[in-house]
Amino acid sequence: MKVTVWGTRGSQASPGPDTVRYGGNTSCVELQAEPDARVVLDAGTGLRRLGVELSPDVRRVDVLLTHLHMDHIQGLGFFSPLFRPDFEVHIWGPGSATADLHTRLTRYMSPPLFPVRLQELACDLHLHDLNEGCVEVPGFTVRTALVCHPGPTVGYRLENAHGSLAYLPDHEPMLACSHFADSAEWCSGFEIAAGVDVLIHDAQYSDAEYEQRVGWGHSSLSQALAFARLANVKHLMPFHHDPAHDDDTLDDFFGAIAARPVEPFTIGAAREGTTFDVAENLRTEPATV
Amino acid sequence: MTQPIEVILMRELAGHLATPIFVVDAQGDLLFYNEPAENLLGTRFDETGMMPFAEWATMFTPTNGRGTPLPPDELPLAIAVQKHRPAQGRFWIRGLDGERRRLTVTAIPLQGQWGEHIGAAAIFWEEP
Repeated sequence: MKVTVWGTRGSQASPGPDTVRYGGNTSCVELQAEPDARVVLDAGTGLRRLGVELSPDVRRVDVLLTHLHMDHIQGLGFFSPLFRPDFEVHIWGPGSATADLHTRLTRYMSPPLFPVRLQELACDLHLHDLNEGCVEVPGFTVRTALVCHPGPTVGYRLENAHGSLAYLPDHEPMLACSHFADSAEWCSGFEIAAGVDVLIHDAQYSDAEYEQRVGWGHSSLSQALAFARLANVKHLMPFHHDPAHDDDTLDDFFGAIAARPVEPFTIGAAREGTTFDVAENLRTEPATV
Repeated sequence: MTQPIEVILMRELAGHLATPIFVVDAQGDLLFYNEPAENLLGTRFDETGMMPFAEWATMFTPTNGRGTPLPPDELPLAIAVQKHRPAQGRFWIRGLDGERRRLTVTAIPLQGQWGEHIGAAAIFWEEP
């Protein structure tokens, strides 16, 4: 299971000289298990470059959207496979209580917000409304569950014979549990993350910032650590970096982890361009593409 | 098993309100009641914990005004769980502190994001 991180940033793209090490593009992670297919977690602005760099062997892409906030869908309109008739593209995501995925996506993929309508895309497009449970995509069994974040939002757990990965980029389990990280039964997202090889989890804020932003749908780094501890993961990748945090801030942020007691898992903050193989369980230093 | 996020949020909301609230799952089994409800039921949730429907529906001995026990299936929460519709009732209970209290109970079914029935919640009011 090869993983490439194309976008790490939360809320808003923040390109510039002060975000080159962690990246400025919003949420987008590529998973590869088969040579002719890719699974993509979220369609943030990182999706554009993923589309440009896709292997010519690929003919099917499954895009799994956690939710439809702009930082998770803004790359869709610039994803080259959508405009190619030789591509099969499946977009999976949550509907709401009153509107299906197609209706909700159309609010973005239509004028005046975007010049091209969904029905005008050249690819063989399939939209799938997600319910809680399991679905199969090329190379992976995908399990979904609603998690604590404003509006319908799911977390994903992807598994195959070579490993498991959980993806909870926008998640505030603290809001839904006064005794956070004490009880698996009452912890949002627990079953998605339980025992996975790699957990990619929201860690947008410092503790001090979180106190000012309770209910905004995101976690502090210490909450992400507590969640990873409860879920007994093997590796935590803090993700969804705040757009106001430049590289030096994030270096300090994650460097402070080293001063904490040793965690029962390894930790490596998400950096745009990082690629690694879950099967090797991050035994080697992730490379940069 | 982790509870559905809607139930988790319902419990957390109840934990922050001064209104007495009781939360059950799709089978009617008790998941939680908050501190204001503890005052009416005469016992702390930490002492009772989660309970099967058959247990909690009788342990507070709900009766009508004439003292006749109410069948569990006629309780507003049972109606909300079984028939998936709101229900209201007025009856007497005897709390585990031995006090008899006259309650008005309004129960609502909890329907999940995708339409599935995931439980019910009830608001209690003590009649003067």
